[in-house]
Amino acid sequence: MGHNYKSKYENPVVNWIDTRLPIFWLVDTAVGAGHPTPKNLNYWWNFGSLAGLCLVVQLITGIVLAMHYTPHADMAFASVEHIMRDVNYGWLIRYIHANGASMFFIVVFIHIFRGLYYGSYKAPRELLWMLGVTILLLMMATAFMGYVLPWGQMSFWGATVITNLFSAIPYVGDSIVTLLWGGFSVDNPTLARFFSLHYLLPFVITGTVILHIWALNMPGSNNPSGIDVKGPADTIPFHPYYTIKDLFGIAVFLAFFSAFIFFMPNALGHPDNYIPADPLATPSHIVPEWYFLPFYAILRAVPDKLLGVVAMFGSIAVLFVLPWLDTSKVRSATFRPVYKWFFWIFVVVNFGLGWCGQADTDRVLIPLGTDKTAVAENIAARLEPASRAELLANVPSDMEVMKKYAERAGMSDLAFDRLVDAELISFQVVHLSQILTAWYFFHFLVLLPLLGYFEKTRPLPESLSSPIAADAMPAE
Amino acid sequence: MFKQLTVPLTVAAAAFGLAGPSLADEGIEYLTSEEATNKYHAYPEHYEFAHDGVFGKFDRAQLQRGFQVYREVCSACHSLEKIAFRNLMDLGYTAEQVKAIAAEYEVEDGPDEDGEMYFRAAKPSDYIPGPYANVQQARAANGGAMPPDLSLITKARPHGVDYVASLVGKGYGQDEPEDMQISDGQYYNPYFHSVLLAMPQPLYDEMVEYADGSFPTVEEMAVDVTAFLTWTAEPKLEQRKRTGVGVMIFLAILTVISYWSYKRVWADVKK
Repeated sequence: MGHNYKSKYENPVVNWIDTRLPIFWLVDTAVGAGHPTPKNLNYWWNFGSLAGLCLVVQLITGIVLAMHYTPHADMAFASVEHIMRDVNYGWLIRYIHANGASMFFIVVFIHIFRGLYYGSYKAPRELLWMLGVTILLLMMATAFMGYVLPWGQMSFWGATVITNLFSAIPYVGDSIVTLLWGGFSVDNPTLARFFSLHYLLPFVITGTVILHIWALNMPGSNNPSGIDVKGPADTIPFHPYYTIKDLFGIAVFLAFFSAFIFFMPNALGHPDNYIPADPLATPSHIVPEWYFLPFYAILRAVPDKLLGVVAMFGSIAVLFVLPWLDTSKVRSATFRPVYKWFFWIFVVVNFGLGWCGQADTDRVLIPLGTDKTAVAENIAARLEPASRAELLANVPSDMEVMKKYAERAGMSDLAFDRLVDAELISFQVVHLSQILTAWYFFHFLVLLPLLGYFEKTRPLPESLSSPIAADAMPAE
Repeated sequence: MFKQLTVPLTVAAAAFGLAGPSLADEGIEYLTSEEATNKYHAYPEHYEFAHDGVFGKFDRAQLQRGFQVYREVCSACHSLEKIAFRNLMDLGYTAEQVKAIAAEYEVEDGPDEDGEMYFRAAKPSDYIPGPYANVQQARAANGGAMPPDLSLITKARPHGVDYVASLVGKGYGQDEPEDMQISDGQYYNPYFHSVLLAMPQPLYDEMVEYADGSFPTVEEMAVDVTAFLTWTAEPKLEQRKRTGVGVMIFLAILTVISYWSYKRVWADVKK
């Protein structure tokens, strides 16, 4: 029957409780003195605790906001302004929550890229990694629905665009969209269910975070060298060593966060969301929040709607199977000279996708000249037969000569300029996003499986305590 | 020759509801609205205010001047629905002054004991009443265009503060481009997103007389009303910045202490 756990705490009250419900033991071994941690973690390992802090900040501010917010299409916008103007420190709570979402994503993206660089997803940490990707997905759903709640123009139209994506699913797409909307367009029922789910999902995230930490505690943290901890000489207790280091990280992070809250609270938002939602007025540019831009670029890079949606979700799905796509036995990029390069290229690709996500897809990046034959054919159609034959037989390469023909055809300067513009061959944002999207999947599906076989890795140190390890460490 | 042809064609195009570009090949010399925007749309000028920066505070006298411009000019068409008279105490008015300002307005109240709605003088707790009873009335009075509520305007446009000041302070009275088709009820303003808007020039030099007896220029009035509209959009701006300075000082101290503690705690860890 049962375990024979005897609490080791000296304080009789703590001992009494801990013997019956080992909650002190749990905290102690999870994030306390009883949790041995590699001694060589660098500052990139601060972002796990920062993500936890962000979750707590969002939960607390969100619960307070919900006390004052009204989830109704006619009142939501006004209730947010009521929070900003009439609730004591309501402006502070809302600005923390709105900017906190961005901070959460900044921290989590860095946390994920840390994992990618140091191979933290590899055995025996696959489930830890997959739970992390699950948290990212839940965060994206939560953030998307949260952005809808103020019921501004971008809330409404962002919701319309994103929910419409599901209509691309064959057979059941339209039914799914109707279910999401609670009707036949984005309207009050949509807002009500998004509010309900926006309140629910953070607790699902919290549960997943607990599993994430639990899964972390089995193998323990990875470390910059990527090699396994060999014994007590390689570790230090989590508390006080990493609790104090995390506190320092939190102080720096909160200063960065506060700069946004207090001095540029709307810099990361879109001005259109200060216009109340209007189903009859479509904004000229509908853009999602910045943290969705790389995924939005992937969506728009694919001309087919369904395949675009598949590519967008695929860009996250591929992360789930990453532990099996990367065939290299070496975890840390420190000892993978080739992967290290491709890692940084991948970082640049993601920034590039983010930039593409906010730009107009048909924006010209590099003009590549004009399709002169097409211009000539267009002009020739207006000319009398003799000139027509002459023009088509010998398409002029000089645009000034072409313009003479256009004048003879009775075209105005403006009409000619428009024709030349229409036949401009160019490298546009959509082409750049196609290249970057292709690279994104190439990185995971081709590069990582092959690199494991072809890359010549550098020799690994014996242990975290050996001198080689110290030399190989990048400076903190 | 072309010019003569242009007019009837344009009229015909309008009559048949045809857009300009489809007839472009026929020689209409006007730019499409997209081309006109690309060619003439201007980035707003940058204006500086007392409330800019980390330690910024509103210039109360400027806010009061801006409120006067709003009251005497803008309020003819634009509502300010998020602002109650009581909020005007933020501008430096006393409770008595606010009461007096409110009393100049009439608001609908009721129903009374007989079940009738009635009008009464506004009180400080009332919100500033707008010029129109509803959206339809606003549109009908403005040729179909809806004058937007101004409460949040400086936050609801890209570079909103500079935009509002540029639009009303500098954008009107410029030479209209000849290659644009400007119909009745449209006004050219390069700072507007489509360079044509339904609002006629609202401000003219010496249109209002300030309390100090001076007669401001268009740009001076535009800057003052922009400052006022920055306050209406962000009335807690001063509290926010003041709190922020305190928070930053606290975090700077916390950063130093926690870094020092971190180094102390780690002093015995062998690399």
